[in-house]
Amino acid sequence: MGKRVAVVGAGITKFVRRAQETPPELCWAAASQALESAGMSFDDIDCVIHGTAPDAFDGVHMKGEYLSAGSGAWRKPYTRTYVGGGTGVYAPIHAWKHLASGKFRTALVVCEEKMSSCQPHPQGAFITIFDHTTERALGPNLLWIFALEQQRYMAVHGITNEEIARVAVKNKHNAMGHPSAQLGAELTVDEVLESEIMAYPVHRLMVSPTSDGAAAVIMTNEDVAKSVTDQPVWVDGVGWALDTAFWTNRDLYYPRYVEKAAWMAYNMAGIKNPAEEISFAEPYDPFCYKELHHLEGLQLAPKGQAPKLLAEGYFDRDGKLPSCPSGGLLGVGNPIAAAGMMKICELFWQLRGEAGERQIKKDLRWGVAQAWGDLMQVGTVVVMGRDG
Amino acid sequence: MTGNVAIIGCGYSPVRVTTPEVSYRELTFEAASRAYADAHISHEEIQALVCCEEDFFEGVSISDEYTPDQMGCVLRPVETVTGDGLHGVGVATMIIQTGEIDIVAVEAHSKASNILTFDHITEYALDPIWNRPLGFHPEFVAGLEMNCFLNESGLSVADCDVIAAKNRRNALLNPIAAYPARLSADDIANSPDLCTPLRQGHVAQRADGVVVLVLASEKLAKKAERPVWIRGTGWANESPTLESRPWGEDAATKAAATIAYKEAGIKSPSKEIDRFEVDDLYAYREAMALTALDAGKVGDRVNLSGGSIGMGHTLDAIGLYRTAMCVEAIRNGDAKTALAHSWRGVPTTSVALSIFSVNHG
Repeated sequence: MGKRVAVVGAGITKFVRRAQETPPELCWAAASQALESAGMSFDDIDCVIHGTAPDAFDGVHMKGEYLSAGSGAWRKPYTRTYVGGGTGVYAPIHAWKHLASGKFRTALVVCEEKMSSCQPHPQGAFITIFDHTTERALGPNLLWIFALEQQRYMAVHGITNEEIARVAVKNKHNAMGHPSAQLGAELTVDEVLESEIMAYPVHRLMVSPTSDGAAAVIMTNEDVAKSVTDQPVWVDGVGWALDTAFWTNRDLYYPRYVEKAAWMAYNMAGIKNPAEEISFAEPYDPFCYKELHHLEGLQLAPKGQAPKLLAEGYFDRDGKLPSCPSGGLLGVGNPIAAAGMMKICELFWQLRGEAGERQIKKDLRWGVAQAWGDLMQVGTVVVMGRDG
Repeated sequence: MTGNVAIIGCGYSPVRVTTPEVSYRELTFEAASRAYADAHISHEEIQALVCCEEDFFEGVSISDEYTPDQMGCVLRPVETVTGDGLHGVGVATMIIQTGEIDIVAVEAHSKASNILTFDHITEYALDPIWNRPLGFHPEFVAGLEMNCFLNESGLSVADCDVIAAKNRRNALLNPIAAYPARLSADDIANSPDLCTPLRQGHVAQRADGVVVLVLASEKLAKKAERPVWIRGTGWANESPTLESRPWGEDAATKAAATIAYKEAGIKSPSKEIDRFEVDDLYAYREAMALTALDAGKVGDRVNLSGGSIGMGHTLDAIGLYRTAMCVEAIRNGDAKTALAHSWRGVPTTSVALSIFSVNHG
């Protein structure tokens, strides 16, 4: 790959149902924390990258321009990028290009989402992600299409809803140790399955909440990284892939776009056997089944086998391959782009041994973060590691 | 620059006031087909794609969903930048310079004719707490800025009339322009006032169009027929808040140009650059951009395409239309080095630019 790139600082706001702060203020809170953790100031930043998803949440056209005020992008190179729900893990990939190309030395990467501005509920904005001619007139929403995908995943592999409900139990438990968490809880599988059905087979407690929040990291080239910290966390591999928009023509049982993105990242990192070489994972978990679906796409479980491994404790924080030690979107919350960036922050804190009560108690070599979105269509993957 | 990158393919649709018979996807397919044919490649050889667009212009949320199919880039690394096409050129150049990817397509389009309430949408770009409740028309921002710039630069409204008339006349020689007209400065001066001192004739009118570029690493570009080398790229923002920006100068362009000139090794822009295709969404912005680009006295080399006043304002595709004009000028031997520059319009301060050359220096 190009020049070596590191993460040297991270910051995050609390994820909440309705933040009192404006969107730029949320950005500022995360960005200033990230700068402080890196021991750097805005003057040290060469370029600013912003990740945020639909403009419709905030009701602001050219939302990136509006948010740039909070991210300190004054008289600096600034771009906003997005790939739907995959944005939070994509923004650091976008920053990686800025640094691995040699064009810039340092980058501030901020992801923000304020969904509560969208009244009465952000599902109203989500209707406008569908094709205006063939789909929108049917009034679809995300719960319906993800229920379809879950059904297909369960039908192909003979998976039960009890097996899938375990993801919520694990992640909401893990989130109890996250200071930003919105929905940490100690639950049982029965409690998850007793929660109301939103769109069969999806129950309320299998769905991540709508949230407000922001998260940020500081990324630098190798020279700067070594000068500001003795614990840089390296971005060893990045991958991203976007599948066709015609989602109705695809078999939804397996996220082939995640596999494609994952191998791009693994090849860059020199990882040949991810299930053995990856120490822990932060797959995207807006719905329970998605974590399992994505673990398979990430090549961390054989197709259809992730539910069985989950039941055996394989993905617990003290298991062989901890998955979503942060608490994930189901536990910490889901301010879309900020939720993906939260996963990058978790990789950074875990690999530095700074995750507090969430810390995985084993030697960590590589962590992988992944996000997903659009019309069940995009995979974004980042592999981060310590010097091996 | 670290690692040379060239444009090896360029395809576009003619700029038109309206295109009722085709969708933006069909227009994009047409431009992509032309770009790939120009580069002598098939869509299967494109390794990554960068698209530039905004949700509210598209009428679709997370409109990046609908980018890969018509470009022939399904299941490949595809991203969307909410910027001008020239931001996309900068990003695509960096992708190639990482050494991981050798060939990248850049796409931007405008289907402005689908937008029934453009001014209302622009109003939604105003700060929702401090500015939008005041209820002013967004073009008022341009009027304010023009007033301040003229005051500080010593230029007059009549100078802006001359610029607008020049660009409409230049477009007469551009076969893809949507708004060519044999107008005089007096004609512009007689157009209605919009937000004083801004006149209707100073404003670029919207149009439809798509541009697709194919960028390649030096390894591949050397085998191409007529590569146009990217010598430098730059982009920057100033303060997004109306209350804290410098109104009389284009500080963002100055910052972006500093980066691009350094990469291209350009010390005297007016001597070393043969052709300028710069922002003219409003006539005064052409003069403002040239000042920020440190390119005084180059009047006969500016916006020979007709600019956006003559060609049409194709939203975030306008930077790529300017790029296409630079590419053609270099390929035709009319210029050795050319600069394309864009601003994203009111109320933003967001700009991007690139410098292109017949050789890679």
